[in-house]
Amino acid sequence: MEFAFTDEQQMIRDTAADFLAEVSTSEAVRAAMDTEQGYDAALWDRVCQEMFWQAIHIPEAHGGMGLGYVELVAMLEQMGRFLFCSPFFSTVCLGVNALRVAGTAEQQAQYLPEIVAGKTATLAYASANGGWNSDSVTATCRSEGEGYRLDGSYRYVTDGHTADLLIVAARAPDSAGDEDVSLFVLDANTAGVSRRWLPTMDQTRKQAEVILDGVVLQSGALMGEAGKAWPALQTVLDLARVAVAADQVGGAQQALDITVDYLQERVQFGRVIASYQAVKHKAADMMVKVEAGRSALYYAACVADETLNGGALGSELGEAASVAKAWCSDAYFFNAGCGIQLHGGVGFTSEYDIQLYFKRAKSTETFLGDGAWHRERLAQQILDGEAAA
Amino acid sequence: MKLSFSPQDEQFREEVANWLAENLCGEFERVRHRGGPGDEHHLVEERKAWERKLAEGGWTCIGWPQEHGGRGASIEQQVIFNEEYARAGGPGRIGHIGETLAGPTIIAFGSDEQKQKYLPGILRGEVFWCQGYSEPSAGSDLGNVKTKAEFDEAAGKWRINGQKVWTSLAHESEYCFVIARTDPASVGHKGLGFFLVPMDQPGVTVRPIEQITGTSEFNEVFFDDAECDATDIVGAPGDGWKVAMGLLGFERGVSTLGQQMLFQNEFDAIVKVARENGAARNPALRQRIADAHVGLKILRYNSMRMLSGGEDGSLQKEAMIYKLYWATWHRNLGKLAMDVLGQESEILDDAPYELNRLQSMYLFTRSDTIYGGTNQIQRNIIAERALGMPREPRG
Repeated sequence: MEFAFTDEQQMIRDTAADFLAEVSTSEAVRAAMDTEQGYDAALWDRVCQEMFWQAIHIPEAHGGMGLGYVELVAMLEQMGRFLFCSPFFSTVCLGVNALRVAGTAEQQAQYLPEIVAGKTATLAYASANGGWNSDSVTATCRSEGEGYRLDGSYRYVTDGHTADLLIVAARAPDSAGDEDVSLFVLDANTAGVSRRWLPTMDQTRKQAEVILDGVVLQSGALMGEAGKAWPALQTVLDLARVAVAADQVGGAQQALDITVDYLQERVQFGRVIASYQAVKHKAADMMVKVEAGRSALYYAACVADETLNGGALGSELGEAASVAKAWCSDAYFFNAGCGIQLHGGVGFTSEYDIQLYFKRAKSTETFLGDGAWHRERLAQQILDGEAAA
Repeated sequence: MKLSFSPQDEQFREEVANWLAENLCGEFERVRHRGGPGDEHHLVEERKAWERKLAEGGWTCIGWPQEHGGRGASIEQQVIFNEEYARAGGPGRIGHIGETLAGPTIIAFGSDEQKQKYLPGILRGEVFWCQGYSEPSAGSDLGNVKTKAEFDEAAGKWRINGQKVWTSLAHESEYCFVIARTDPASVGHKGLGFFLVPMDQPGVTVRPIEQITGTSEFNEVFFDDAECDATDIVGAPGDGWKVAMGLLGFERGVSTLGQQMLFQNEFDAIVKVARENGAARNPALRQRIADAHVGLKILRYNSMRMLSGGEDGSLQKEAMIYKLYWATWHRNLGKLAMDVLGQESEILDDAPYELNRLQSMYLFTRSDTIYGGTNQIQRNIIAERALGMPREPRG
C-alpha cells in the first residue's frame, strides 16, 4: 500500500501547475469565459502539441501517453485550481473515457488517434427532465435499414456547441429505466444535428443543447451491443464524476489559498485580520473540507485506475465516485462561500477572483449529481438492499 | 499510488486472523467488543488476562523494534493487525497506553536501565500504564502544569506534589508517566521533567470522576510527596516538554485504523436499527446516514494517506486535520444514533442508569471534541501551523 503520489506523479502535477500559472491567469480566464466558444483555440493547440495533455490516458497503441487515472486526476486538480478554460474535461474525461469503456476496437482505432491529433469530443445523454439516472435518457433510436435513426434532445452538454465528436445515448422507443439504452459515436457535423450554446451563470464551464432530428447513422456508429449500454455509460459517468471531484478539490484549495492571502494583507483594528480566531477557525474548517476531499479523491482515482485496467477494486467505482463527488461538491461550495464572506465587501465585487470560484463551485456541484443525489444513491446501497449477514 | 497489499502482507493478515479466531474464544468470548472509550470499566480482570494471552502469541507491541522485543512490524502490517483485531471484535486494549505511549517514549528517550526495567512488563502484558498530563489549570494550556518534582538529596529520590486529572485507567495501572515542574521558578514549557512514577505507594491517591454516562473511566490523581527513583526521570530535568512532545508523535498513527473499525461497528448497529424501525425510509435520515457513511470512508482514506507518509515527510496536512475531523464525525454519529432510535432513544436497559451501547456512545462522544486537544485548539493549530496565520496576541 502506497497511498501517496510517486515522484513521477508529483512531477506531472508540478509541471501542470507551472504551465497553468503562466497561461491560465485571471486575465486569460476572464477573456476566455466571455466568449461563446469558452476557450482560447491557440492555447488549446499549444496544450495538445507541446504538453500532449489530451493524450494522457489514451493507450500507447493509439498514440497516447498510456498514463493512469491518478496522473489524470493530478492534472485536473491543477486545472480546477487555475480555472483553466479548455475542452479538456469534455474531450478526455467524457470522450476518451466513453471510447475506452464502451467503444469497439474499430472505434477506438479510429477516434482515439483523432483525439490525439487535436479533435475535441463530448458526451450527451441527459435531457431537460432533470436527474442523472437512466430515466434522463429520452432521445430515441430506431433501426432503419442497416443502421439507426436518432431523434431527441440533450441539455447540459459540456462543450456541446464546440465539440468535434459527439457520443450520445438513446433508447428504444417506449422503453424506460436501465434497459434498452444504446450509445453512438458520430461527427458533430452529421446531418440532422443542431447545437445551441446555453449561456451560463458560471462562465468558465460552457454548456449546450444538442438536438437530433432524424439523424441517420451507419451500424458502425453503435458502441457495444444495442440496448445494453447503460452499465457502460454508468461507468463512464462515474469516471467523469471522479474527474469533476478533482476539479473541485483544486478549486476548493485555491478558494482557501487566495482567501488566506487576502486575510494576511487586510488590516482592521490595528492588525491583520488573519490573526483573529473567528477568522482563523473558519479558514481551518475550509482546510479540513479540502484535505478530506483530497483523501476521497485520491482513493477514487486509484479505483478508477483499476476500473480501466481490470483491477479487483474496479467494482467499487460507483461507491468511490459517489463518496468523492458528494464530499467535494459540498466542500467546494463551502470553501468558496466562506471565501466570499472572509473577503468581506471585496468578495462581492467582480474584480476579485473568489466570485469565479463561487460560481464554478455551484456549477460543478449540480453537474452529474449534487451531494444529496449521491448520498441518496449511497443510501440505497446501505439501506435498501438485502441486509448484510 | 497504489492501494493493494503485497502477498507477504496478505499472508500476515491470514496469520493474524487465524490466531485471533483460535484464541479470542472460550473464556475470552465475553470480552469481545468490550472495553474502549465509554466501556473502559467493564471486565477489567478478564481483559488483563487477554493482554497476557496476546503477549504469549507475540501480539503485543508488534511495531516496536526487534531489539526491544517487538516484531519490528512494518506500517502495513500494523495496519493489518489493527484491522483484523477490530474485525474479530478484539476488546479495548488496557495495555495501549504502555504499548503506544510509554514504551515508545522510553525506547526513544529513556536510559538503558529504564528500558530493561520497564519494557519487558509492557511486552508481557502484565504491567499497565496511565498518562499524567492534564491538571485542573492545565487543560488546553498544557504548559501551565503546576505539579512539582523536587529532588530529595537525603533520600536520593524525587518527591512529587500536585494533582492530575482526566487520567484514564489510573486505578488499573501500575505506573503513570507524569510531567512535573523541576524548576519551581520556571513557567510554560521550560523547567519540566518527565517522570515514571509507581502508582502503588502511599503518596498516590486515585479518585474516580463520575461522567455524564454515570460511569467512571477518568480519574483525578493526587500526588502527595509521592516518590520516584532518581533513575526514573526520562531525559534530564528541563527536558520534559521535549520528551512529551516527542510522545505526541507516537500517538497518531496506526491505531487510528483500529479505531475506525470500531466506528464501523457502531455505524452498522445504527443501520440495523434504521432498517428495523423504519427510519431507513425517512428521507432526512437517509441523507444523514449516507453522510455518515461518506465521512467514515474518508476517515479511512485520510489515514491511509497519513500512514503513507506524505510526499516529503514534512508537514502532513492530512495528519493535521485528523483529530478535528474524526472527533466531529463521531460526535455527529452519536446524535444520528439517537435520532434514528427516535422515542426509544430515551429508554434505558435498566435502572438505575444502565445505558445501552448507542446511548453510551452518544453521551461519550461529547468528550471526543474536548480531550486530546479541543476542536477550538485544533483549529488554532491548523490555522497557525498549516495555513501560516498569525497567533492571537496572548495575555
